[in-house]
Amino acid sequence: MPLQYKKNPVDFIFSATTAAASFSVIIFIIGILYVLVTESSLAIGKFGIVNFLTSTDWDPVKESFGALTNIYGTVITTFLSLLIAIPVALGIAIFVTEIAPNFLKGPIGAAIELLAAIPSIIYGMWGLFTLSPIMSKYVEPFLKEITAGVPFVNVLFQGTPMGIDILTASVILSIMIVPFTASISRDSFNLTPAIVKESAYAIGATKWEVIKNVVIPYSKLGVFGGIVLSLGRAIGETMAVAFVLGNNHKIATSLLDAAATITVTLANEFAEADKDIYLSSLFYLALVLFVMSFITLAIAKFFLIKAEKKYSR
Amino acid sequence: MTREKKRKIEGFIAMALSTLAALMGLFWLVFILGDVLVHGIKALDLSLFSNDPAPAGVEGGGLRNAFVGQLMITICATLIGVPVGVLGGTFLAEYARGRKLSRVISILSDIMVSVPSIVIGTFIYAVFVKPLGHFSGWAGAIALAIIMVPVVLRTTEDMLTLVPWTLREAAFALGAPYYKVIIQVVYRGASAGILTGILLSIARVAGETAPLLFTSFNNSFFSVDMNRPVASLTVTIFQYAMGPYDSWHTQAWAASLVITISILTLTVIGRLLIKGRHFKG
Repeated sequence: MPLQYKKNPVDFIFSATTAAASFSVIIFIIGILYVLVTESSLAIGKFGIVNFLTSTDWDPVKESFGALTNIYGTVITTFLSLLIAIPVALGIAIFVTEIAPNFLKGPIGAAIELLAAIPSIIYGMWGLFTLSPIMSKYVEPFLKEITAGVPFVNVLFQGTPMGIDILTASVILSIMIVPFTASISRDSFNLTPAIVKESAYAIGATKWEVIKNVVIPYSKLGVFGGIVLSLGRAIGETMAVAFVLGNNHKIATSLLDAAATITVTLANEFAEADKDIYLSSLFYLALVLFVMSFITLAIAKFFLIKAEKKYSR
Repeated sequence: MTREKKRKIEGFIAMALSTLAALMGLFWLVFILGDVLVHGIKALDLSLFSNDPAPAGVEGGGLRNAFVGQLMITICATLIGVPVGVLGGTFLAEYARGRKLSRVISILSDIMVSVPSIVIGTFIYAVFVKPLGHFSGWAGAIALAIIMVPVVLRTTEDMLTLVPWTLREAAFALGAPYYKVIIQVVYRGASAGILTGILLSIARVAGETAPLLFTSFNNSFFSVDMNRPVASLTVTIFQYAMGPYDSWHTQAWAASLVITISILTLTVIGRLLIKGRHFKG
């Protein structure tokens, strides 16, 4: 606890300055919310809330705007990327904590974390020039072929493999979010008390059984928090997706179709929105995105705090 | 098959898959970095840094404007964001230590760290660009500063909390007021950690593109006027990569190489700094 220290005018000024600086975070959050609501009031008034969120219309010419195609794109790419990233991230965490020899643990962990430091514009450019051709030439035709006879699944791979589509975007997103889930899972795995693991080994469990039945159940709160944090990151990712998703306002059932996310729409259309209602609708989209990601990240934080409390007991 | 054998095989498969996952992670890292290196190094020459862009479609030219613009925006963002972040972290770790308020702000900062940067761009557009009627370097710098604040604030708070309380007591015992204790004792003890936070936050914003798209926008001419639209490497990469010309694509790769190397260097230095600290105890 802070001590009772001698009152001093300079100290008062210094403490007030630091307090003001830390309140800035609250001011930013409230400010963003306030400004986005004010700026989108025109669109909120015209399209309402439910109507805006459920309408698939996105037509600047007719001045009719609805967010559903954007929300759909955001949700589907996020979901797919998590589907790919979670098993890989858990595998990496298991490898780093349980399998790798000690001298490799640090370097491999650091290398995976470097993936998170690469700017998203680089992912985007690499995706456009390198990954997308690979996807359209090899991966997507292959997926099309093997799923051709399978009912329902083949719907997912209809259309021409162009490489600029939901699938490519999701793959890039998954590479980008793997480090977050992996490093939080690794930290949570590491907190499993050695004695609990040893007792499982002592009754004859294999390494995998220890991980599956002891380590993962023990650290599931932290792992879950890490997954939700990645989810929040994927929702807000812009540049990487902007290159390879195509900005197509349509509910696509095939993963080989172009789509649009909230972020991609903002990135592509914000600077060229010429009418008030157009701009206001874009602010409305930004508001939806802000609320979505804020709630997701708050949930992630909630689980991580709960996990922290559990481990520190 | 006996149960024993089944368990062993299952375990082996799981271990093999985990190893494969780790290799896959490394594979992507090498693939992406290698690709940027191979493509980027081809276009990397002095004229890239010394020439301004040639007119669209014309070969040659460089990205001097974008390099300078990127530096200006990043430096201004650092000058605005770092003091706010460090002071804010000081409040949480010192004056408000242990209070509920401190906890709330630090949780909100953690959330702010991950808030989509494009949202911050739209916010600054509404607050600065729209009222003033034009894009400007300052708007970009402020957007990046807002992204930096929570990062610096949280690392500062964490690093200050690590400074042993007894160190402060020793200074209090000499009759020093709290602000002097903080500036002369606590900051000194946590300097490596705070510096790490600053480096990581610079690395974080130096690669940002989305918030610059509609704040500092872009400028194909050389300009040091922060009140006007300013070019940045990242927005230029976006524009050039999406553009139709091959010469644009090669320059975008070269710019990508420069920015990737700078950011990874900052990140690695930051990580090493904090490691050194831990070893010393």
